[in-house]
Amino acid sequence: MSWLVGIIALSAIALAAGLILGFAAIRFRVESDPIVEQIDGLLPQTQCGQCGYPGCRPYAEAIANGDELNKCPPGGQATIDQLADLLGREAKPLDEAHGEEAQKTVAVIREDECIGCTKCIQACPVDAILGAAKQMHTVIADECTGCDLCVEPCPVDCIDMVPVATKPERWKWQLDQIPVAVVDAGQNTATSAPSASKVS
Amino acid sequence: MSFYIASSPHHHQRRTTAKLMQWVLIAMLPGFLAQLYFFGWGVILQLLLAIAVALAAESLCLLARDRAPSTGLQDNTAIVTAALLAVSIPPLAPWWIIVIGTLFSIVVVKHLFGGVGHNIFNPAMAGYVVLLISFPVQMTAWMPPTGLATQAPSFIDSLYLFLFQFTSEGFSLEQMRRVDTGAMLDAVVMATPLDHLKTQLSQGATLSEAMQHPQFTGLAGMGWQWVNLGYLLGGLLLLQQRIIQWHIPVALIASLAFCALLGSILAPDYLPGLSIHLFSGATMFAAFFIATDPVSAATSSKGKLIYAGLIGVLIYVIRSYGGYPDAVAFAVLLANLCVPVIDQYTRPVTYGHRKEQG
Amino acid sequence: MAVEISATSKLWRFPGGIHPPERKAPANLNNIQRFPLPPMLFIPLHQHIGEDGELCVAVGDYVLKGQPLTIPGVNNGLPVHATTSGTITAIHEHPLNHPSGLTGLTVCLEPDGKEAWYPRQPLNNMDALSQREVLQHLQAMGIAGLGGAGFPTARKVAGAKNIDVLIINGVECEPYIASDDRLMREHAKEILAGSHILQKLTFAKQLVIAIEDNKPEAAAAFREAIEQFSVTADFSADGADPAGSAARTNRQPILKIVPTRYPSGGEKQLIQVLTGKQVPVRGLPADIGILMQNVATAYAVERAVNHGEPLLERVVTITGEAVKNPGTAWALLGTPIDYLLAQSGFKPGKKQRVIMGGPMMGFTVTNLQIPVIKTTNCVLAPTHKELTPPQAEMACIRCGACEIACPASLLPQQLQWLAKAQDYAGLKQHHLADCIECGACAYVCPSQIPLVQYYRQAKAEIREQTIEQQKSEIARQRFEARQARLEREKEERLEKHRKAAEARKAAQAARQSEATATEQDPVKAALARVKAKKAQQTAPAANTESPQGPAGSASQTTPEHKVDQKTDQKDAVAAAVARAKAKKAERDRLAQAENNNEAEKPIAAKNAPDHDKKDAVAAAVARAKAKKAERERLAQAENNASTTNTKGSDNG
Repeated sequence: MSWLVGIIALSAIALAAGLILGFAAIRFRVESDPIVEQIDGLLPQTQCGQCGYPGCRPYAEAIANGDELNKCPPGGQATIDQLADLLGREAKPLDEAHGEEAQKTVAVIREDECIGCTKCIQACPVDAILGAAKQMHTVIADECTGCDLCVEPCPVDCIDMVPVATKPERWKWQLDQIPVAVVDAGQNTATSAPSASKVS
Repeated sequence: MSFYIASSPHHHQRRTTAKLMQWVLIAMLPGFLAQLYFFGWGVILQLLLAIAVALAAESLCLLARDRAPSTGLQDNTAIVTAALLAVSIPPLAPWWIIVIGTLFSIVVVKHLFGGVGHNIFNPAMAGYVVLLISFPVQMTAWMPPTGLATQAPSFIDSLYLFLFQFTSEGFSLEQMRRVDTGAMLDAVVMATPLDHLKTQLSQGATLSEAMQHPQFTGLAGMGWQWVNLGYLLGGLLLLQQRIIQWHIPVALIASLAFCALLGSILAPDYLPGLSIHLFSGATMFAAFFIATDPVSAATSSKGKLIYAGLIGVLIYVIRSYGGYPDAVAFAVLLANLCVPVIDQYTRPVTYGHRKEQG
Repeated sequence: MAVEISATSKLWRFPGGIHPPERKAPANLNNIQRFPLPPMLFIPLHQHIGEDGELCVAVGDYVLKGQPLTIPGVNNGLPVHATTSGTITAIHEHPLNHPSGLTGLTVCLEPDGKEAWYPRQPLNNMDALSQREVLQHLQAMGIAGLGGAGFPTARKVAGAKNIDVLIINGVECEPYIASDDRLMREHAKEILAGSHILQKLTFAKQLVIAIEDNKPEAAAAFREAIEQFSVTADFSADGADPAGSAARTNRQPILKIVPTRYPSGGEKQLIQVLTGKQVPVRGLPADIGILMQNVATAYAVERAVNHGEPLLERVVTITGEAVKNPGTAWALLGTPIDYLLAQSGFKPGKKQRVIMGGPMMGFTVTNLQIPVIKTTNCVLAPTHKELTPPQAEMACIRCGACEIACPASLLPQQLQWLAKAQDYAGLKQHHLADCIECGACAYVCPSQIPLVQYYRQAKAEIREQTIEQQKSEIARQRFEARQARLEREKEERLEKHRKAAEARKAAQAARQSEATATEQDPVKAALARVKAKKAQQTAPAANTESPQGPAGSASQTTPEHKVDQKTDQKDAVAAAVARAKAKKAERDRLAQAENNNEAEKPIAAKNAPDHDKKDAVAAAVARAKAKKAERERLAQAENNASTTNTKGSDNG
């Protein structure tokens, strides 16, 4: 008889626990963005296609379906780490086959050489190039993601990828990267500014 | 000529970790000297061996972790750990006791957790607890204080006992620990005051009966009270030098005193009083030198109060109701476990985040 | 709840703080000096928060002292002025007065020594002007906060509403610096006058001047100035009515002496000391009815309003044991600091540090050509004995000394762990943004951890991430908009095709019905057919003939214009094709010529500058061809390589 009591008691506990868990799952559900949205939010949105997909969103969908995380050179290791964190997967080093993590650049059109073919405009994934047929084109630097997709189509090679210069406001306090000006012992005039004043 | 780049601030208070640790060692001197006086040469033998083992272990650990031993040893933390452990164990415990304890403190508690600054537990106390539960006989074999012992061992005897557990004349440690009890016929084996009380009380004696023992003179038992006063003096020096903040010692002593008073009011026959709790055992040593170890203590001022108050209560509870006569090590380790929680809930309110009323 | 401070009201305490050695002497012992004009001034265009102004002078221009060099940009920026008369010798990139050592566009002004002034316009009748007009004047005079970040004063005042208390900050808590100290001792009266101007502008009910208790001389100077002021008060005119007298008592400045404790000169800390209140997070002092201005700013306001002088110079402390004659000096903005140091007898040691600002918050510089700007209060050249360079960083022992020292009640130690782990979310949660980078934590740290440096880098990284996130969000939107547009265009094209096909079908049906109808008028129909045929025949040779001709006539002569229109379109297409062919031929010819003349091209270009554009185009085309050829060659090579590869693997 006692075994029956045991079975009943255990079943009752299991049932109660199940009900509590089920209730908690509904009551305390955490609403979160669909996973693709979250992945897309972490990707750098350069839309460069270096991952092999036609833009960041398709790659985000591919990652959600199990593709590797390490195919995004513009995002670099930071993005890989964040993605690994989000998805609970292992962070791998960047896949060199898709490119290297390079300095941030923007496209600049050498305007006197532009023939106005509009090919770069068609290539630009974020509509950051202005111009019309037979008219000189130019890049809106603020909107350019540095994807370099416009470089290849240009028939006259007049698009350069120029590294973005660091501005004082966006300097990141890398004290160890400041070039130390070596100065002549005799005078206090820095070599980097020869036009400067002589100390009287 | 080239210019030197550095980040602000360009001015620093010249008080390094190494200097802080030096001060701790200096402040230990009064208590240490009292221990030396009452418990003989063994104390110094333990200390020297502990420091030697600690430095060797620290160097090897640093080498194994690809750190430069020269810089790692400079902070003096290993010496402090060794000293704290050395004065905690019975002075004439066999040499391998302190070796095992020190190795455990340095290698397991400190370096396996990531080295200085990363250990969750107080290294000296963790080492002590390992010794206490592994070698209870050796770890409770305290010598009677000078004045009670039938014969105080000479330096040579101490060395022999330390190394071989026999004096040069062939007496064992047990024989050395016999006490001249005066009125009583049989000499009894010495126990620390707290140990003695615990044993007597558990055998049904009342407190006043238990306190008949000749070692209970003055505040809290011969020798021990002076050792405690010595550490109190050293602790005040640390406070005066601002090496430690007042929060931990005050909160620890206050909470222990409160419990002791409450206990002696509720059950004066069975619970030892205030002076026994404060000046016997390792109370002052714990309040100023153990609980104040910054690495394993809570960080904010409020947190320190809670942390030390918890230690005080735990010491009292374990001493009164637990299986061990003294409880400092267990209390500190248990409080160490609570530190992350305490830190989490005692975060100060950042400037501008205070909720203004009205 | 209104803030009120009285002469006897309680002083509060901010948490933490430290007492570093003050070392204000000997720099504060002597009067403010005035050095001879430097041989060259470097006036950077970017001196404060906000966009750079637009340059309105050119190289070679002669400018007068006080003449604006820029037209302020957007965001209520400030103009930059010529700080003395002279000639602009160059406008180029020059090292900035900034910890990064980066360069920025700088006007190089060679003084002529005449100090000839640009016309000055003092506001003599300030009471008659509106607040807006006075603020515009202050903006035009380039007045910025001289205490800390160089925030434009006019903008700060304009943004502040409902001010109870105007605090004039003469605390100057950083060690070594004595600029404000000397200024207060020598110009207390002017500072007071400037403070009153600011009080009028802000409509503040009270004026409080706060000085640290280690500057008794400055406090005495103020006491005297305030006494004089109450005797000769210019507000006594309205003393007749009681309301006016009440206003006057409020106008009486209150001098508050605060205890010396670093960083009590910080805006937030001083407010807490004086009022016991805290500026709410992400808020401004104005939110609790307080506005704070530095004493030097008040002085500059006085110069600007009463004398019409723009902000051209400021007091700079030149000190440290590597300087023989430490002291304070009036330095024209743009003076290179090596000139100031040389004038003070600078003897650099080995691995000398030169610090802009004080020892707690200043930054080291590597180039002494950087100019004095509005926020430069001190040039410090310490010896290594005086300020020992940082030792090797050791492990944190969680001692909590930093937490005790932190004036913002942060957990510096926790922040340090988080910063090292690059846990930016955790840093935000621990309020890293509320760190004022005062350096108290790093000062007391026994493990010599450069805590502030970790925080700055983490802050910069967080800021960068925020910017990047915004940019990537914009990029995403633009990408999606573009995808949508392409999709729409595709659909529109399909729609057009579908419509065209329908039209064709309709036309066919119409022709069929027409064909049955034409039987009634065979002659006309035949005529139309002949005409259409003729148009078709002429189309291939449409180069010279106008395509409109036959089509137009057809539409005139025949009712079946639909058919004719079709022919018309055909004609046009043919013409375009022909034109394109001709153009291609032309281009080919040009390219050919270009290729042939490749070597002579530069000379040719020089000889015929008016052909530049054509040449450029030609060159571009040539490059395009070359590129294509190269690509083909590469592809070929790759093919070859892959074949050899396979061969190789076969062999292996």
